[in-house]
Amino acid sequence: MFDDFFIRALFAGIGVAFVTGPLGCFVVWRRLSYFGDTLAHSALLGVTIAFSLEFNIALSVFISSSVIALFLIQLQKKTNLPGDALLGLLAHSSLAVGLVAIGFLSFIRFDIMGLLFGDILAVNVNDLLIIWIGGAFILLVLKLIWKPLFASTVNYELAEAEGLNPDRAKAIFTLLMAAIIAISIKMIGLLLITGMLIIPAAFARNISDSPKGMVIFSIIGGLLSVFIGLFSSLNFNTPSGPSIIMAALILFIISLFKIKQSIKLKN
Amino acid sequence: MRTEENILVKLKNAGIKQNDKWLVKGVSLEVEKGKIVTLIGPNGSGKSTTAKIALGIYKEFEGTVEKFTNKIGYVPQKISIDWTLPLRVADFMVLTDDLDKGDINEALALTGVDHLIDKNLGNLSGGEFQRVLLARAISRKPELLVLDEPVQGVDFTGEIALYQLIKKISEKLNCGILLISHDLHTVMSATDHVVCLNGHVCCSGSPIDVAKDKEYKALFGEQASQTLSIYEHKHDHVHSDDGDIKQKN
Repeated sequence: MFDDFFIRALFAGIGVAFVTGPLGCFVVWRRLSYFGDTLAHSALLGVTIAFSLEFNIALSVFISSSVIALFLIQLQKKTNLPGDALLGLLAHSSLAVGLVAIGFLSFIRFDIMGLLFGDILAVNVNDLLIIWIGGAFILLVLKLIWKPLFASTVNYELAEAEGLNPDRAKAIFTLLMAAIIAISIKMIGLLLITGMLIIPAAFARNISDSPKGMVIFSIIGGLLSVFIGLFSSLNFNTPSGPSIIMAALILFIISLFKIKQSIKLKN
Repeated sequence: MRTEENILVKLKNAGIKQNDKWLVKGVSLEVEKGKIVTLIGPNGSGKSTTAKIALGIYKEFEGTVEKFTNKIGYVPQKISIDWTLPLRVADFMVLTDDLDKGDINEALALTGVDHLIDKNLGNLSGGEFQRVLLARAISRKPELLVLDEPVQGVDFTGEIALYQLIKKISEKLNCGILLISHDLHTVMSATDHVVCLNGHVCCSGSPIDVAKDKEYKALFGEQASQTLSIYEHKHDHVHSDDGDIKQKN
């Protein structure tokens, strides 16, 4: 059944959507969009390391993104620069270093477009296993840290005072972000991964009134985007990542009408 | 009864320094089971900071803090919730603890906001939100309650009722309460021990002793001290008027 590239892509997308749904909600709630972008950009460095050392791509990306995240935390402590400037600094310099490194590795043939925007043809059975097992692991860990992470998202001091250890939850969440980028890079591409995290969550925000509801709608939004995006990618021969993100955007636009209605009702 | 085993949290010479400036310095106090300790003082006197030191929110401080309980309920002074988060009262009640419906409803009913359980937190008024905050803190049946200006934004009659409720809770749960207030007048009857802060401990003792203390008078003015005395007389009916006390006009 997984002989067909399209079936493989579909199952990869479903696996990714289940994980980006809940993680994306936290990215929106905690205002981490640019943080996600920075981690994703640094993934290119991980990919080049993986190619040059003939190492597993997902693992290599996970490690490089985690290192960048740690580096960011150190920079935040040592400099007076605002957070967004540091994020931009790291995002673009790691992207640049990655591209320069690719230039040096001229003996390896790179599909740069595929790396940046995703390539459904590239998803093999091995990738599927990484997505589903890695994804299940990410969701399990997220469930374990849900309480402290959510409580500190609402109010850090409350969580700290009532003994939930929010700092640990935050550190673990950072690793989960690196992990989701690592497993979804082939599918969506490193320039668009953050879109897959944010847009379904933004769509869900418009139509839900509780945190759990938002997580569920975010997963549904992600799944719909994957279905619509991949089918149109197949039909119109467009790159898979942008097609999925565009589908998500259309869902978001539709969800805006729902807000308009509820505002009308309240007045 | 003052026994060591009744102590829930004990600060000894605690203080915090930021950029070479003391936010608060040399605070010693202890909160016991079933007792209410009130911190009063002007703005910026270090009341909230002291509470946060006791709670363990600040990691670096001078002096020592010993905490003998982990069951803590906290009502922070300022809470800014980001409305990108859809949060109903029911979700907020189980923020740090899984509670059953009965406990949640009981706590909300005690503070008079059980009808708001399905409302979105963003749609509450300031006073309603404050009552929800208090309900959340007590619903966990904590051993130590830290209440930082818990009735701000609540109307005057509601304020008195909530302080009576806080007193009742401390008796019912036998929990210790660290209460922060800018107004000794209203918390008078609900307090066992008062610590008056102004960057350091100005004076401390029973509410009456503090009200009479000259440092307290210097800090809050003669007027505050007098209204306090009148208030105490009205409710005590023990002392007869002496020359110091003048009727409030």
